[in-house]
Amino acid sequence: MLVAEDLAAQRGNALLFEGVQFSLRPGAAMFVSGPNGSGKTTLLRTAAGLTRALRGRLFWDGSAVDPFASILRAVTLFIGHPTALKDELTAEENLASLVSLHGAPAEAESLAAALTEWSLARQRRLPARALSQGQRRRVALARLRLLTRPLWILDEPLTALDAAGVAALRGVVGEHLAGGGMALIATHQEFAPVGGTSQSLRLQ
Amino acid sequence: MNEATLRAAPLANDSAWGGVSWAVARDLKLALRSRAELGVQLLFYVIVVTLFPLGIGPDPATLRTLGPGVLWVAALLASLLALPRLFAADFADGTLEQIALSPYPLPALVSGKIVAHWLATGAPLVALSPLLALQFGLDGGEIGVLVTGLLLGTPTLSLLGAIGAALTLGVRGSGALLALLILPLYVPILIFGAGAVESLRAGLVPGAQLSILAAGLLAAIVGAPLACAAAVHIALD
Amino acid sequence: MSSSTVNWFRYSSPASFFPLAGKLVPWFAAAAALLSVLGLWLGLVVAPTDAQQGDTYRIIFIHVPAAWMSMFIYLVMAFWSALALMFNTRLSAMMVQALAPTGALFTFIALVSGSLWGRPAWGTYWAWDARMTSELILLFLYFGYLALHAAIADSRRADRASAVLVLVGVVNVPIIYFSVKWWNTLHQGATVSLTAAPRMAAVMLTAMLIMSLAAWFYAIAVTLLRVQAVILEREGRAAWALNLAGAE
Repeated sequence: MLVAEDLAAQRGNALLFEGVQFSLRPGAAMFVSGPNGSGKTTLLRTAAGLTRALRGRLFWDGSAVDPFASILRAVTLFIGHPTALKDELTAEENLASLVSLHGAPAEAESLAAALTEWSLARQRRLPARALSQGQRRRVALARLRLLTRPLWILDEPLTALDAAGVAALRGVVGEHLAGGGMALIATHQEFAPVGGTSQSLRLQ
Repeated sequence: MNEATLRAAPLANDSAWGGVSWAVARDLKLALRSRAELGVQLLFYVIVVTLFPLGIGPDPATLRTLGPGVLWVAALLASLLALPRLFAADFADGTLEQIALSPYPLPALVSGKIVAHWLATGAPLVALSPLLALQFGLDGGEIGVLVTGLLLGTPTLSLLGAIGAALTLGVRGSGALLALLILPLYVPILIFGAGAVESLRAGLVPGAQLSILAAGLLAAIVGAPLACAAAVHIALD
Repeated sequence: MSSSTVNWFRYSSPASFFPLAGKLVPWFAAAAALLSVLGLWLGLVVAPTDAQQGDTYRIIFIHVPAAWMSMFIYLVMAFWSALALMFNTRLSAMMVQALAPTGALFTFIALVSGSLWGRPAWGTYWAWDARMTSELILLFLYFGYLALHAAIADSRRADRASAVLVLVGVVNVPIIYFSVKWWNTLHQGATVSLTAAPRMAAVMLTAMLIMSLAAWFYAIAVTLLRVQAVILEREGRAAWALNLAGAE
């Protein structure tokens, strides 16, 4: 369970948000929305442990966690707004690289299966520079299937996705929640995952 | 999959060795696919070395005296030129965030990147230096000491330079700034590397200088990845 | 003992340190002024003329204190940098930022005064001796800090990145000094210390120590003034600062 207490963040000298608190329990998804520049990305990065909040604390399963705490890294799967794909590697190699970076084995069959699920079977061997934005987003999201982590933090995962992609994401997130996982998702459009409970947080 | 299974999923592999091998493998693969860029950096080394005789005159005795110093200074500058490629691309496309969030210890991942970086940029430079040393009239023994010194010193240049590269990520004018930050730290390596050849010429055994370079390398292997990891955390903040 | 612990942490926030700094500055400034008058009188008037170097040696009363302070300030910067990284305190990082320009200034003064001393004594303004060359590299380290801090827009990231830089630098300074010293002996044979001070009469030593103390107090006064400026620059819009401005 992820608990945030009284989080505040600033960019430069301007305060982005303050007094943010939430509890995320297994099976729940929280959607963070707000106008551009309201600090959605900053909030998600703070929850992932990439940056320290100006004030407030973050707790995982009751213990306070600092940025880059190993316990937080072990339980979190963070997919940020940049897709983290290398242009020189193929879709398959990129996926393998990101998956093995997080300590999971990257077997050819599971990689192929994940890419097929996201309609990228024919693009498997193409270098990432040859993929469209939507395809790159799908490669990035394909690792949701291949890594087992209780907490998913997704920053604007619907960017550049078509209807089929959105449906696939709904399905994947829904299964994750049904299995006891939790998700923190920043998005302009709320999308109801299949199953699980939803909360919203709006930043001004 | 129910909640119990999710919780019981084995904690991801988080050994240091795993981190090093992941980083070495990936960065070498990326380096091999951008060979042209690496070739350009090597050419820079050659060009800088060639500039000195053009500026000073081709008198063999002068060139012989200046040779070790010139080759070392050019190696420092070439090393400096190659440093931004260590983190800049990963920082820009979001991979560095993923690396910092990996269960593998960050110092291990960073060490792996530095090893791959040296193999791609430092090692070719060391391999090329005997040829360039011939242009300055160095004899066999001197070339041997020069190459040994470069072999011990260039990895240290990569290790120290990595700290600077991480500190200046995403900063305006980072190229020149990196030079200002790192070149003072490079001075001891330059002094002992070029000085080793000087010692040989003075009739002494350059063992002391080469040992100091080796000790510096060991110290850098221990300390630089930690400082570099701290700098990466700060850059991602 | 517990009351002094409470006192210590009370001043660790910029808001409470600001008025304290303001009160301390005049004392240190006055002490620095008095000590430098005394030191200069002792050094320039009282101390005897040297047999070999005549009166030109007297520049050591500026050169040596400046060189000592340039090193000392870097060590103090390293101390505050370590605190800033370990405890994440804003004031520690501000102290580093306030110290750096003064440290750079002393380094520059040491270089110029050393150069001026070298000219009449050895006929050349710059002779690449070990101490002067190390001092020059120290100047580059100071400039490196200032440049890095200025180049990073976000002040918190700038603080932490430059703190790491100072710590890496402080570890390297002895190594750099040792290597330059070795380099110097390799290329000059016998150790000719370019700026060897004349055999020290007691009054010369006293004058140098007094000037060093004066330089130290000057550095403290100027640093406190500068840290006030840094605090205002960063937190000028906070309630306590506006109150202070309104009250005056």
